[in-house]
Amino acid sequence: MKKYKWGIALFSSAFILSACAAGDEAADTGFGEASAGEDEQSDSEENSEEVVVDEDSIPVGLLHSLSGTMAISETSVRDAVMLAIDEINEDGGVLGKEIVPIVEDGASDEPVFSERASKLLQQDDVAAIFGTWTSASRQAVLPVVEEHNGLLFYPVQYEGMESSPNIFYNGAAPNQQIVPAVEWLFDNVGDSFFLLGSDYVFPRTANQIIQAQLDDLGGEVVREEYTPMGHTDYNTIISHIRDTEPDVIFNTLNGDSNVAFFNQLADAGITSDDVTVLSVSVAEEEIRGIGAEVLEGHYASWNYYQTTDTPENDTFVSNFKEAYGEDRVTGDPIEAAYFMVYLWAQAVEEAGTTETDAVREAASGITFDAPNGPVEIDGDNQHVYKTVRIGEVQGDGQFEEVWNSGEPVKPDPYLETYDWAEAIQ
Amino acid sequence: MSYLYSKKTLVILGFVILLIMPFVLAPFNLNLLGRFLAYAILALGIGVLWGYAGILSLGHGIFFGFGAYAMAMYLTLQSGGMPDFMGWNGITELPWFWAIFSNPIVAIVLAIAVPMLFAGILGFFTFRNRITGVYFTILTQALVIVVTTLIISQQQYTGGTNGITGFDTIFGYSLNSVTTQQMIYWTTVIFLGLVFLICYKLVNSRFGKVLIAIRDGENRTRFLGYNTSIYQVIVYSFSAGVAGLAGMLFVLQVGIITPSMMGIVPSIEMVLWVAIGGRGTLIGPVIGALLTNGASTWFSQTYPDAWLFFIGLVFVLVVVFMPKGIMGIISTIQARRRAKKYGKDRKEEAKLYNSSSI
Amino acid sequence: MSSVAMQIFNGISLGSVLLLVAMGLAITFGLMRVINMAHGDLIMIGAYVTYLMQVIFVQYIPEQFFDWYFILAIPAAFIIVAGIGMLLEFTVIRHLYGRPLDSLLATFGAGLILQQLIRTIFGAPNVGVQSPSFLQGSLEIFGLYLPFSRLFMIGLVIVCLGGLFIYLYRTRQGRRVRAVMQNREMATCVGISSRKVDSLTFAMGAGFAGVAGCTLTLIGPIGPTIGLNYIVDAFMVVVVGGVGALTGTVIGALGIGVFNTFFEYWTNASMGKVLIFALIIAFLQWRPSGLFSMKTRSLD
Repeated sequence: MKKYKWGIALFSSAFILSACAAGDEAADTGFGEASAGEDEQSDSEENSEEVVVDEDSIPVGLLHSLSGTMAISETSVRDAVMLAIDEINEDGGVLGKEIVPIVEDGASDEPVFSERASKLLQQDDVAAIFGTWTSASRQAVLPVVEEHNGLLFYPVQYEGMESSPNIFYNGAAPNQQIVPAVEWLFDNVGDSFFLLGSDYVFPRTANQIIQAQLDDLGGEVVREEYTPMGHTDYNTIISHIRDTEPDVIFNTLNGDSNVAFFNQLADAGITSDDVTVLSVSVAEEEIRGIGAEVLEGHYASWNYYQTTDTPENDTFVSNFKEAYGEDRVTGDPIEAAYFMVYLWAQAVEEAGTTETDAVREAASGITFDAPNGPVEIDGDNQHVYKTVRIGEVQGDGQFEEVWNSGEPVKPDPYLETYDWAEAIQ
Repeated sequence: MSYLYSKKTLVILGFVILLIMPFVLAPFNLNLLGRFLAYAILALGIGVLWGYAGILSLGHGIFFGFGAYAMAMYLTLQSGGMPDFMGWNGITELPWFWAIFSNPIVAIVLAIAVPMLFAGILGFFTFRNRITGVYFTILTQALVIVVTTLIISQQQYTGGTNGITGFDTIFGYSLNSVTTQQMIYWTTVIFLGLVFLICYKLVNSRFGKVLIAIRDGENRTRFLGYNTSIYQVIVYSFSAGVAGLAGMLFVLQVGIITPSMMGIVPSIEMVLWVAIGGRGTLIGPVIGALLTNGASTWFSQTYPDAWLFFIGLVFVLVVVFMPKGIMGIISTIQARRRAKKYGKDRKEEAKLYNSSSI
Repeated sequence: MSSVAMQIFNGISLGSVLLLVAMGLAITFGLMRVINMAHGDLIMIGAYVTYLMQVIFVQYIPEQFFDWYFILAIPAAFIIVAGIGMLLEFTVIRHLYGRPLDSLLATFGAGLILQQLIRTIFGAPNVGVQSPSFLQGSLEIFGLYLPFSRLFMIGLVIVCLGGLFIYLYRTRQGRRVRAVMQNREMATCVGISSRKVDSLTFAMGAGFAGVAGCTLTLIGPIGPTIGLNYIVDAFMVVVVGGVGALTGTVIGALGIGVFNTFFEYWTNASMGKVLIFALIIAFLQWRPSGLFSMKTRSLD
């Protein structure tokens, strides 16, 4: 019976080792012609195509949660990146080479993000990583890309206060979304604000900024409330809203909680005529889950809407729908994920190589006509100049733009150009 | 006796294999294995608690998290002073409960002592009232929700959902260098060995026998004159300390700790490792942790959808049909062989043999 | 004053949600000592049944009857989820009687499978359900705004409780259930098929989860993982209420609901959660086996 034990021991150690080495093999396939066809483990791409990496191609990493709680938002962003890569490849690729996407699942789990990022950089030797959504996952990847001198392109609006030389931030910094929204609300709606957010980093930081800005403008924060993730009972919050009678509710709740909040607000008989809600995390995709009828008349602040009127956007929306289905909608993070691939491709063309330092150098000042209008990489902080747009939700679940900044706004992640923000910096 | 002898050899052999791994594996894979080994330490603690004392805790994520946070706090302080998030949350002076973590020895001691103390207090108030079994399990689950909610809501002190990350040195050495990672790996292996040894001594001692007695019949043990709740408090506290140690080693190799890593689902997964490996044994939890995490890394990136079906199915099948896990299968096979060899009348004896605990 | 009254209403309404969610759990736990972690996922399926019903109505039924989808969804959710529950009992749970901790783990695994199944069918993103028009808006009395949806839920809970009460205490089948609950061996001896009782009762517990899921679409999101939002709260209700008595569950749910709402009102949502947990621990110091527990002389 000794044989059995040894067998089990051998089996289990072999299993663990092969699991650890699975990535190795994926990276190796393709250097020899024959091996590519046989190895099942390299099936990391979605539709089971083999990832073939040779001299005529450039591997890039796509790192998003395809499972777990964040899969809801992140799968669409992944789709947008794939669309951009396909388009670029059809036009002849980058530096005459084909872009080969290697898709990894972050599983809504931060250690997995950091692990997969180091796998992409160390084993697959990718030229850039497109991915992450939550601040926590971005910060999990940050030390990894800095250590291995890789590049991360981040597509989501976030709380600012960060500027890593290895990350390009393609979503809005606070001064490209929150600050103009507060100003617009103060000028057009009223001066008493109720701040409501999910209990995590983005809402808390956003609300500090709003507080400081309102102090400067002469507005007032009547109450600040945070609810834990997955909170579904907003009656008590609504009681507070009734008690304080604010002009504006500045809403930084995350996806799921918005459904509960807006439904219960509508049930309580509070409509957009009574109080204006402006959200910064509700895009077209979320509206479908919440229901347009309870959101109608409320506002959001973004850089892009599906209805944004540019010729680039017409093409983008129709290509996106053609690729993924008529019922799909686009939205701000989806659009950012799309144009950031083009920005990277242009920077690589400019640099003539995919080498990180050269690409970073070349990226400064790169411009692109994105669906939201012209965007430009700011070399100082690696954020992007973007136009700010405030939209009103319509009955069909789309936005109608009511205001825009007219021109792309310079990103200012640390709010250095605002005197009132001194305490936050 | 040859059986026991060979099992010991097997353990020692496994230990030696783990020790030479840095010479075999690439840094990235070594790092992965190191994480799994940290999980294996955690699984050992749960294995003793659940497998021998019959207490199922679905809240070990928080003890693991305490250890990880303690280490992360120390690392943050010594690699860059005050953490960034305090700055933009308007905290200008380092609070005292952070300041004490700037000393490595204090940090390491607290990483283990705080979970033990916390578990001790919680255990005292629950076991004292004979809140055991299912009730205790549900309470530990609620505890997870409360602790994670609390950590998230105290963002200015804890970093909120982003957790603590961005540290890159330990004792002045770069955390990411290959040599440092190898040292950390070896430390993890050695601690795994030590914890294994301690657990082995523990479960085979008189104390361990009482634990098994409590598991199999709490009231009977109480009537025999044992103060069962003290035993339960001690083993719960011990297991929490082991989890703290595991968390500390984990964060060294991962470089990040966030509240979501100690939530409800991760806490249940930890129990799954023990269930798959085999409860009531010590090798089981280690094998379970390594296998499950290895498989998860392998399959979940290739077939993320199928993986969730698979893991759910494994959970059901293992719990329902093979409650003793992989180790159970092994001993069943052995018992059969033994029975064949010595004849049917020896079957019972063979079973007895296999119940010795390792 | 009116805000206190409003909070009491909010507390009762939260309590009724908790009660609806915990009722099925209390039945299965009380009767079979089975901890059903998949309960949350059964709730989730109930919500998806409602969604499906809405989709069917939008596509095949003339628009003026749209509101009826919700009325039809309640029994549909009950029946479909009860069927799934019966299947779950047959395949998994019946092997686990007498192993409560194992039942907890196995049903967690079953829950994972259900989640992934729904994700595969309907996709990972949340789906939206439009409340029927007669449940939108609120009733205004004495300066209080009482949302119709909440009033409806309170009413539904009362109906469910009433139905359950009649079933358990006024029917033959219910008497069998109580007999098995009180003394399984003795009940089997006098000729009650405990297999049949178990299967039916588990299905009924699951059915109530379906109804809960259906009504939760009125207030919350619908996604594959929503079960987790409710499951731990539901367990707390059962622990506080004690096993084997519906009264305990009712008082437990209302108590947690009202206290939680007031704690949240005075502090904030996160602290409210922490305080309610502290209160429950303190409460269990006083009554370790919950508010009401069956008196028994048996000891393991």
